[in-house]
Amino acid sequence: MAEIYRAVKVSDRAWWVGAVDWAVRDFHGYRTERGTTYNAYLVMADKVTLVDTVKAPFRDEMMSRVASVVEPRKIKYIISNHSEMDHSGCLPEVIDAIKPEKVFASEMGTKALAEHFHMGGVTAVKDGGKVDLGGVTAQFMETRMLHWPDSMFTYLGEEKLLFSQDGFGMHLASNERFDDELDGALLEHEAAKYYANIILPYSALVTKLLEKVAAAGLDIRTIAPDHGPIWRRDLDKILGLYAKWAAQRPTKKAVVVYDTMWGSTAKMARAIGEGLSDGGMHVKILPMGSNHRSDAATEVLCAGALVAGSPTINNGMFPTMADTLNYLKGLKPKNLAGQAFGSYGWSGESVGHVAEALASMDVELVGEAVKVKYVPDEAALGRCRKLGADIAEKVKENAG
Amino acid sequence: MQKYQCDVCGYVYDPAAGDPDNGVAAGTKWEDVPADWVCPVCGAGKGDFSPVS
Repeated sequence: MAEIYRAVKVSDRAWWVGAVDWAVRDFHGYRTERGTTYNAYLVMADKVTLVDTVKAPFRDEMMSRVASVVEPRKIKYIISNHSEMDHSGCLPEVIDAIKPEKVFASEMGTKALAEHFHMGGVTAVKDGGKVDLGGVTAQFMETRMLHWPDSMFTYLGEEKLLFSQDGFGMHLASNERFDDELDGALLEHEAAKYYANIILPYSALVTKLLEKVAAAGLDIRTIAPDHGPIWRRDLDKILGLYAKWAAQRPTKKAVVVYDTMWGSTAKMARAIGEGLSDGGMHVKILPMGSNHRSDAATEVLCAGALVAGSPTINNGMFPTMADTLNYLKGLKPKNLAGQAFGSYGWSGESVGHVAEALASMDVELVGEAVKVKYVPDEAALGRCRKLGADIAEKVKENAG
Repeated sequence: MQKYQCDVCGYVYDPAAGDPDNGVAAGTKWEDVPADWVCPVCGAGKGDFSPVS
């Protein structure tokens, strides 16, 4: 197999030995329409070191890439930067196969690995701690809740290389390994989608982490994440995007999410969209019957408004809208204005439920929700258009 | 006694249980938890906690 899957050189002594998953389309509720990669890295120090592993079914691919550089049993250390199973799933089998001298993880990582695999023997490293790999020093930086309690970065000073686990990553399958080999707009889109769906709830920690990394004065020339391409051309670009996304300053962009039973709530959504556009907003209208929740999350990133509509079905919200709002709420977007709307037949609870959901996300509700019995007439659509215009005014105020 | 929840990760500080692993004895009220104590799960400071209603 070593003849099939080869390692890719990242720096003098570091190699990419991960796996490419061209098939995965669902990543715990996140639609990965372009697949992903599980990146593991090999450091050819005196103590040959493996940084993270891959999702369990891809173990052979990783081991083959390792074998293209070194006999796998020569690996002496394994560093686990993140315990999630797409990076640790084959760790117990790899340990059995290569019998390393030591496995390192953050303190929370040792607990998480024990709770996943019911294994012991993992050495805890501290924030700022160092391990001499022989010719190369691994320095650790805890990144708790970015995006799990166990998460940490490993920095190799001699290589000017930062292993950032899920930070700065994206779900993008490719045989190109580096940012300069791929389309920049595609990378920005997929990095934004990853940020919106995985990192966004912890934005305050991202801001602190960027400050901590800057204060540490590390000379970083390459950022090697656990998913997607390795950044080596324009590190300031991805660091700048993270700073921007973490700040969540509202922009003149409005996202309208809705679903519809017989087309009435759809008509309302479009009329609201017209009012928003006239008010100078860049508008995205997402019917949630044909759009994925994870794409709605990407659109909401750095938007200034979130407007949500649902018809009433069986005294409640449409299932797709309950799903969308529940998902978005968990991602904790900030600085949004918006309102609820929807059509109903007799009881009409859903508009209130949508407004409650928006309020629970700290969306600043503008004016009154628009609730229409059965099919909106021109006057009702006029109220929708007016709501869009009023929300646009609020966003302009908020966006400055 | 009032419980407090970490806004970052969701960990709940229960005064009845304290956080003995990090030097906060069971029965310690939130007000008496040291100012430099941090969330045992995610490292957030006391300022990132909100009262549980």
